[in-house]
Amino acid sequence: MPKYLLLKHYRGGPEPHHPFPPMVEWAPEDVEAHMAFLRHVGELLEERGELVGVQALTPAQTWVRYGGPDAAPVTTDGPLPETSDLVAGGYMIDVESHERAVEVAAYISSEPGPGGGPLYEWIDVREVMSGSPSDD
Amino acid sequence: MSALDESARRLDEGALRALVPRVLAGLVRRGEDFDAAEDALQEALLEALRAWPEHPPRDGQAWLATVATRRLVDARRSEVARHRREEQTYAEPRPAATEAGDDTLFLLFCCCHPALAPASQVALTLRAVGGLTTREIADAFYVPEATMAQRISRAKRALQGRRLDQPGDLAVVLRVLYLAYTAGHAGRMDLAGEAIRLARQLTLATEEPEAGGLLALMLLNHARLPARLDREGRIVTLDRQDRGLWDRRETAEGVRVLQSALAMQSEERRPGRYQVEAAIAALHDDAASAEETDWPQILAWYDDLVALTDDPVRQDPAAVLGRAVAVGHVLGAAAGLRETDRLRDPIGERHRWHAVRGHLHELGGDLPAAATAYAEAARRATNVAERDHLVRQAARARAAERSRTAATYR
Repeated sequence: MPKYLLLKHYRGGPEPHHPFPPMVEWAPEDVEAHMAFLRHVGELLEERGELVGVQALTPAQTWVRYGGPDAAPVTTDGPLPETSDLVAGGYMIDVESHERAVEVAAYISSEPGPGGGPLYEWIDVREVMSGSPSDD
Repeated sequence: MSALDESARRLDEGALRALVPRVLAGLVRRGEDFDAAEDALQEALLEALRAWPEHPPRDGQAWLATVATRRLVDARRSEVARHRREEQTYAEPRPAATEAGDDTLFLLFCCCHPALAPASQVALTLRAVGGLTTREIADAFYVPEATMAQRISRAKRALQGRRLDQPGDLAVVLRVLYLAYTAGHAGRMDLAGEAIRLARQLTLATEEPEAGGLLALMLLNHARLPARLDREGRIVTLDRQDRGLWDRRETAEGVRVLQSALAMQSEERRPGRYQVEAAIAALHDDAASAEETDWPQILAWYDDLVALTDDPVRQDPAAVLGRAVAVGHVLGAAAGLRETDRLRDPIGERHRWHAVRGHLHELGGDLPAAATAYAEAARRATNVAERDHLVRQAARARAAERSRTAATYR
């Protein structure tokens, strides 16, 4: 079965469906509903035998490259640290098909936002390359 | 679940694991190489898990020592064959004449050797002294089993050729056990319980009051564990915890251990940091409600804690930060916030600094500032449960401010 990473982003991606404030500015009950929904998604995927793992990343980003012989590594926080793409984390799932991965991503995107309505957040769906040779 | 895990469950695993330090220490004292002896004992343990449910040995320790020795001889024979050297034979082990406590201490010094990185010290201690399997340790730290196996064998290789017969640094041992304890709150394996077990063994092996201080600190914190998360896994702060869920038996033991450690101290010999931190934890555990917390006493202990280092702001910012909270509760939020200002340079980029400022702003009734500080803390958090908690705190402070403003203008 193919594996997929369903990525959430802090920044970047297509034009948002609608603008929304950061979660720290939502009503407490909306924050609870949102977090409860994501917990439920994790449990659901686990129950269905599709969950491989969930990881969250901190927003602090450091780009690093080799500095050359006898030189320290070169680091920067990015070309456009305020606007560039920034992955927030995501789910690794092991599913029957690409269609199922899209279905799961759309379900995650229906997570409740401020006011309780769906957030319509863009989810980045990426297939993980298999380590074993394919049978076809 | 493998058949091995099943049989392990039917055995008294605790009793089996308690034999590990005795057997291993016996082998190493006899002159066996630490690395080889530890590998041989792991194999003997796996064999015990297979064989003991059917054929329980009369003397488990002797059984393990014999099987481990046989493995060592086998390993050496193949080594010898490879090098075309002459075959040697080795005597069966004699029962160790030393006390169990000595063995534990001796092995802790081996595993907490200063040549090893802290992560390796913890892993090696859990395996060689705690008797956990590589798989269990890997699970506790959320790394693949192969990675943990590599970490452990690298650590053992680093010990090769070093003299292991000298007393090590007890302070390092204490730090390693405390690291294992704190890691135990996050993982799947109950490392906290394991660290408490090892600390208890350590107190039997040494007169050092700080060993008692560490055990007391672990017990007094561990007692609150059942109340620390709610059923959805959300963090519950100390002031909101259901104190009826605290483990009073653990609290009582912690207080007893702390008292006997403190009794060994004098004017010339002041209590060390684990005893002081345990005293602070004991005062929290002792309060029937958050309102009844004896903050002036807690502040007095924090004064002792920061006095342990010459430059606490640089050397022990966590202690200064904890003291700032106590200052806030005793002298007012503004005084507490002034204390945190001194820490802006060393730890102003850490989430805990912002979280404490959020708490102090809230204590002083400045809800907008509290919300901003909590949001800053959430942005810097490196743990999902803490991040979620801080997001909630920020949202809650903002909502409370909104309803207060609405009430004013109604």
